[in-house]
Amino acid sequence: MALLQISEPGMSTAPHQHRLAVGIDLGTTNSLVATVRNGVAQCLQDEEGKVLLPSAVHYLADGQIVVGRKAHSAQAVDPRNTIVSVKRFMGRGLRDVSHVETMPYDFVDAEGMVRLRTVQGVKSPVQVSAEILKDLRLRAERSLGGELTGAVITVPAYFDDAQRQATKDAARLAGLNVLRLLNEPTAAAIAYGLEHASEGIYAVYDLGGGTFDISILRLSRGVFEVVATNGDASLGGDDFDHRLFCWMLDNAGISLPSDRDARRLLMKAREVKERLSLDESVSIRMTLERGDEVDLTIDRSVFVDITRPLVAKTLKPVRKALRDAGLDAGDVKGVVMVGGATRMPHVQQAVGEFFGQIPLTNLDPDTVVAIGAAIQANVLAGNRAAEDEWLLLDVIPLSLGIETMGGLVEKIIPRNATIPTARAQDFTTFKDGQTAMAFHVVQGERELVSACRSLARFELRGIPPLVAGAARIRVTFQVDADGLLSVSAREQTTGVEARVEVKPSYGLADHEIADMLKSGFENARDDMELRGLREQQVEAARVIEATMKALDADGGLLNAHERTALDAAIGALQSAADGQDARAIKIQLEAFNRASNEFASRRMDKSIREALAGQRIDDLRI
Amino acid sequence: MAVTLSDKAATHIGNFIAKRGKGVGIRLGVRTSGCSGMAYKLEFADEVLPEDVVFESHGLKVLIDPKSLPYMDGTELDFVREGLNEGFKFNNPNVKGECGCGESFTV
Repeated sequence: MALLQISEPGMSTAPHQHRLAVGIDLGTTNSLVATVRNGVAQCLQDEEGKVLLPSAVHYLADGQIVVGRKAHSAQAVDPRNTIVSVKRFMGRGLRDVSHVETMPYDFVDAEGMVRLRTVQGVKSPVQVSAEILKDLRLRAERSLGGELTGAVITVPAYFDDAQRQATKDAARLAGLNVLRLLNEPTAAAIAYGLEHASEGIYAVYDLGGGTFDISILRLSRGVFEVVATNGDASLGGDDFDHRLFCWMLDNAGISLPSDRDARRLLMKAREVKERLSLDESVSIRMTLERGDEVDLTIDRSVFVDITRPLVAKTLKPVRKALRDAGLDAGDVKGVVMVGGATRMPHVQQAVGEFFGQIPLTNLDPDTVVAIGAAIQANVLAGNRAAEDEWLLLDVIPLSLGIETMGGLVEKIIPRNATIPTARAQDFTTFKDGQTAMAFHVVQGERELVSACRSLARFELRGIPPLVAGAARIRVTFQVDADGLLSVSAREQTTGVEARVEVKPSYGLADHEIADMLKSGFENARDDMELRGLREQQVEAARVIEATMKALDADGGLLNAHERTALDAAIGALQSAADGQDARAIKIQLEAFNRASNEFASRRMDKSIREALAGQRIDDLRI
Repeated sequence: MAVTLSDKAATHIGNFIAKRGKGVGIRLGVRTSGCSGMAYKLEFADEVLPEDVVFESHGLKVLIDPKSLPYMDGTELDFVREGLNEGFKFNNPNVKGECGCGESFTV
């Protein structure tokens, strides 16, 4: 019979209505699955009682696919068909991958993403990752006694769109319903329960197997906000192994080892690295295929020396993230360490020195991300009572912006901004004496309004009549935790205000978002050109408008001949602006500026004379 | 009669409440639903309601609403492990039939 778990008060599920949700840390070196059971987040174990699943997939000639520890140990005997650290290839081309020359794989450079030729045919990194996810899904279903409602899968904070999409595709291929992709550092922060911590700035230093991430989080009133992220997509514990591997080759006098030996030496390097976190000195003994003997002893201090540049390399993104956030290391209240590589004492020491404090290491750095993902999955699956105050972190799937002159989009909140968020930007009037302004709120990545999705329109009336460009209208976009957008426009001097509320995520299905993103990327170049054209057209219209007004007021400053020349210049600019050639408009604009220069300086002289007339020199404050 | 916890169930519940950080005990009950008529309720309890019937077992409070009690009297809550799966199981002498999955029952 089915086994029951203890629910939160009032949250018992009806029979067959279990909302089983898991968090998955799909790591470069190891992957984990965790869930919340009986109110406690825990990593799920395999039959052997282990929680870490090595992210290794072994394709056998007989069609079998082996995942995990057994695959990991198959590296030495069948390196070509045993794929490890596949996360590095997700959504990447061959050129983006470092150390290709030391990898024993048969790479096939395909469009968009590199592929690997195995004994079972050419596999994409998405397929390889799906095997890992499938293994974790089966483990979870056996442990929880039912089908999963969904999963939260973590990704490095700065995974780009292609990498995130590849991760989602892998999950779908593995039969998982993705509730959300969650940034790894954010998951770690959730696991540490930082939302209950004291207010302030926290840093999450995540040195995993293959990726390094630094995130700066700000906590206030139990809500945390990602202020800045940075990192290095190709730096992690594997690189420490690689340094040690090179040191072993140098010191044992081995060059060009066979694929098999290279793999064995790399595995040895990893083992030695792990032991050096506990022991001051480790000896390395092994016999290679050609009979070469490796007999070395390495002290921790030597390991620290050869990997010092790698540790220093992690601090560069840390500095950048702090600079982006406008903060100093001293502003950081706590530093969370995530990732197995942060067990290395010299990494902890370097981070501690940088921030001037001892970093937090009390949770297991290997499981902390999966635990955070499980907590988030539990909330998303609806297993938490509403009174449990817990902020859902979400991001805006597509940029939100406003239409400006010429049908262009000014993006106010960029895509992937975490919500809740608020951003403001100042706009001004286009014409003299303009007392009303129409606002058009749009969503999308394209530069032109016509290619984006229209969300709402509203008007601001009662703007005091001023010359063009003098009014200050602050437009504020605010997205609350439920994804509800409200846009307000406020004229700064009089305080008149208008607002509208929209639900930006409503009505846009996932595939539509994907289509819009794709079209945004594909059309980026066209869009930029069109944007350039529209900007020139708007500028030309503005200049003509201003000149006509000036002529109305001070036309007398020009003689008939000069007036005809200026009118002709206006005509030439107007006809260029009616065309579709941004360069032609630009040239005409420059020509017009020269043609109207004299008129402008006469007007200037006149207004200075008027201003000075009848004033004593003492009254003029210069 | 009473409702009791097995040793294992009590140990686990004690741990879960400690890790959760709050709770006065657990609340058991039945609801009418499911394919065989009734389903169990198993929840953490943050407060004792005035109408609750309270049992003490292994030092833990077991709360039951009076309407559910007739269907559960004599029940022992056990904690079992089946392969990778682990969880709570009701050993209820009142049950006459269960649905295939055991999640709902008749009395």
